[in-house]
Amino acid sequence: MDNPNKRLEIEKILENLENYRPRRRGWTWRKPAKNLKMSHFTYKEASEPLKESVPLITAHNFENIDPQPLPVITTEIASGRFEDDIRRMRMAAHHGADHIMVIRTAGQSHFDGLIEGSPQGIGGIPITRKQVRAQRKALDMIEDEVGRPINYHSYVSGVAGADIAVMFAEEGVNGVHQDPQYNVLYRNVNTIRSFVDACESKKLIAWAGQAQIDGAHNANATARDAWKVMPELMVQHAINSAFSHKVGIPKKNICLSTVPPSHTPGPSVFMDLPYAVALRQFFEGYGMRAQMHTKYIESSTRDATVTHVLNMLISKLTSADIQSTITPDEGRNVPWHIYNIEALDTAKQTLLGLDGLMEMIEIKETGPLWDTVRELQERAVLFLEEIIEKGGYLNAVEQGFFVDSGYYPERNGDGIKRPINGGIGAGTVIKREKDYMAPVTAHYGYNNVAQYDENAVNNPSILIDGCTLEKPEKIIYIDELDQTDNVYERMKDIKDHHAGTLLSPEMEWMADGTVMINMCFPTDISRAQAAALECAKAMNLKNVEIIHKEVLHKTEGTRIELKGTLDINIKTDELVIPKEPDLLSDDEIRADIEQNPMVIVCGTVGEDEHSVGLREIIDIKHGGIEKYGIQVHYLGTSVPTEKLVNAAIELNATAILASTIISHDDIHYKNIANIHQIATEMGVRDKITFVAGGTQISPEIAVSKGADAAFTRGTKGIHVASFLVKSRQNKKGTS
Amino acid sequence: MNTFEERRAHLKGLSNNELKERFWQLSEQLVEPLLKMGHENTTPSIERSVLLRMGFSSLEVKAIVDKAMELELLGHGAGNIVYRLSKENNTPIRETGLQLAGGQLWDQATKIFKN
Repeated sequence: MDNPNKRLEIEKILENLENYRPRRRGWTWRKPAKNLKMSHFTYKEASEPLKESVPLITAHNFENIDPQPLPVITTEIASGRFEDDIRRMRMAAHHGADHIMVIRTAGQSHFDGLIEGSPQGIGGIPITRKQVRAQRKALDMIEDEVGRPINYHSYVSGVAGADIAVMFAEEGVNGVHQDPQYNVLYRNVNTIRSFVDACESKKLIAWAGQAQIDGAHNANATARDAWKVMPELMVQHAINSAFSHKVGIPKKNICLSTVPPSHTPGPSVFMDLPYAVALRQFFEGYGMRAQMHTKYIESSTRDATVTHVLNMLISKLTSADIQSTITPDEGRNVPWHIYNIEALDTAKQTLLGLDGLMEMIEIKETGPLWDTVRELQERAVLFLEEIIEKGGYLNAVEQGFFVDSGYYPERNGDGIKRPINGGIGAGTVIKREKDYMAPVTAHYGYNNVAQYDENAVNNPSILIDGCTLEKPEKIIYIDELDQTDNVYERMKDIKDHHAGTLLSPEMEWMADGTVMINMCFPTDISRAQAAALECAKAMNLKNVEIIHKEVLHKTEGTRIELKGTLDINIKTDELVIPKEPDLLSDDEIRADIEQNPMVIVCGTVGEDEHSVGLREIIDIKHGGIEKYGIQVHYLGTSVPTEKLVNAAIELNATAILASTIISHDDIHYKNIANIHQIATEMGVRDKITFVAGGTQISPEIAVSKGADAAFTRGTKGIHVASFLVKSRQNKKGTS
Repeated sequence: MNTFEERRAHLKGLSNNELKERFWQLSEQLVEPLLKMGHENTTPSIERSVLLRMGFSSLEVKAIVDKAMELELLGHGAGNIVYRLSKENNTPIRETGLQLAGGQLWDQATKIFKN
């Protein structure tokens, strides 16, 4: 990126796409940075830091460090418009994502061939060569900016699996979902077709060095009693893993999409930990992609976040090579920008917070965990035995073995049944003739190349002087097929927004106008919903929808979250932006104080025991105003306002610094007004500079209540000292 | 359906490692016939993927594979059809494929591959 402070220019990314070539192939893991030291801390399990990034919200207390955990961290993006996805990718990368998973539009699984151009999708984008190329190109720029390779990922499934696998290999896609069982169980693609296609797809995945993620977690998300499918999950992982490894994918690149199967209010860690251990024992050497639990996700973002954290505790207690994130709003809408970022920060914060944990604790060598581990493993083996007993995988699927909600070997008879000869694409599997031949690289199975050239047997594409995998210039690039449904048409309508001259609120698409409002009503849930809709009407919101409701008490209070669209276009250059304070330098302040000593009195006023904020402003060790030589008389906390004014008079102080934190019933502003009034009544108000401070203070309101200035969150000693010196100089100037 | 306790009788005596070995031996046994199906068969998607690698667009590969399917020639390989006709007619691969995508050369293809 030329300039990290500049917005991405989507138009530039779209330019010259026909000649774009990916600069690398294959998956990239993070580089470990053992015993990384940053600020006051040493990290046991961190990876190399980034060049540019947005640190956690609390990092300003710690020199703005942004340590990066060791696992690759995923974000899933599904806005339906790839140009908006790209902007979200940049936000995500700056918050620590290095695995960008792009969700496909609904229905792409059943599309018989590649889709081209840049049509809009539903719940994801139509994966096309153009969109993949544009996104990979954008990620090249973004990874240069953050200083870490970013893995781009999408799905190889459906009845065009092999088509997509070729396109992904050609376009430098780094990771893929590929699991023929997913097609069969959840997309009703014919079982035989799905596995035959998968052989070719996996051969291409192996050639491209991509990391492959399976689809087993879907059994957990689909089964009625999600936690009971643990034995089956291991079986599904095994089928795809053994199959993939035999086709040629290295074990480390075969990543199990493993999900903690249970959920609170159940004792989830007690149930999930033995499962995680059992799985990792059996699948030693394979990659672990820790997927988040989604089966019981609801519309509460808080609940989803806690689940995410509990799931990551399992990752930490066992292992995770790829840590997925689930956006906390997934249970209520197609995820928004802000929630991708929240989920990434949740992952980063949790993994950093748990850094080094396993150096201090270990899993007990005996006890209930191991009994359950063994039991789960035996149940999985019994499951496999029965599949073979019943004539193999195809028959087992036909008989509804999978996604049954019984705890195997118990069965509830509610499994998904797929007839061997049924489903989409049934009857399209064709026997290869004796002369069957395919003159290309990364082709699976019987291939009679020898009939043309014995020397080409190990390298069939030499028959055609190299295929697209060796000669990308042979790829035929299609730009757009639909003249109305494409990125240029979409951007035309909002070009001023893309240029940054107009601003509208946004959750998933540029200028979508979406806003979210949080409300609480002192009534029951039905009335609260109706009242919330009335409020939305009064706020001129359109397309209003209640996205979350929660009982605080069945009659005393109901929480409502709603979304709506606000039709507003703000001219960016007409916005009134408050000026940054004009600060004196340290030397200027010191010189002034040396020449003309300054005394101030300060304290936290009212019935208020907070002291941290004020101490930060005054104490020399926090870079407070004492360091400039200002004499500070600190009166403590809960200081009556009169006492503060009296002390100022007695000490002939230049200024009063009053801290007021508690804001209930506007008591902070009342305190400010009170000090101003007392000082005025005592006839000293003109002589004394009065500065107020506190976390809940609006400087404008504080000044209107009588303070000369007020400071809030983020204030440093230099801000206050600068003001005090300038205020004294001004007073001298006018007296 | 027997209970877990009855069913596991034969597994009880296995060590943890033996159980793990059994798990993988069964898994491999289970996928073997699926891999064999892949080895011996092809599909329209696989054949489109071959033609894509030979330098044809998604629209062109669909036209060729659909026609080869209709004429029951797909078992010889769509790439084979293009390659063989290119050699027979001494025309470049790309040109041959475009002719096929445009509906030409199919009589010749049928004659060659249905003998």
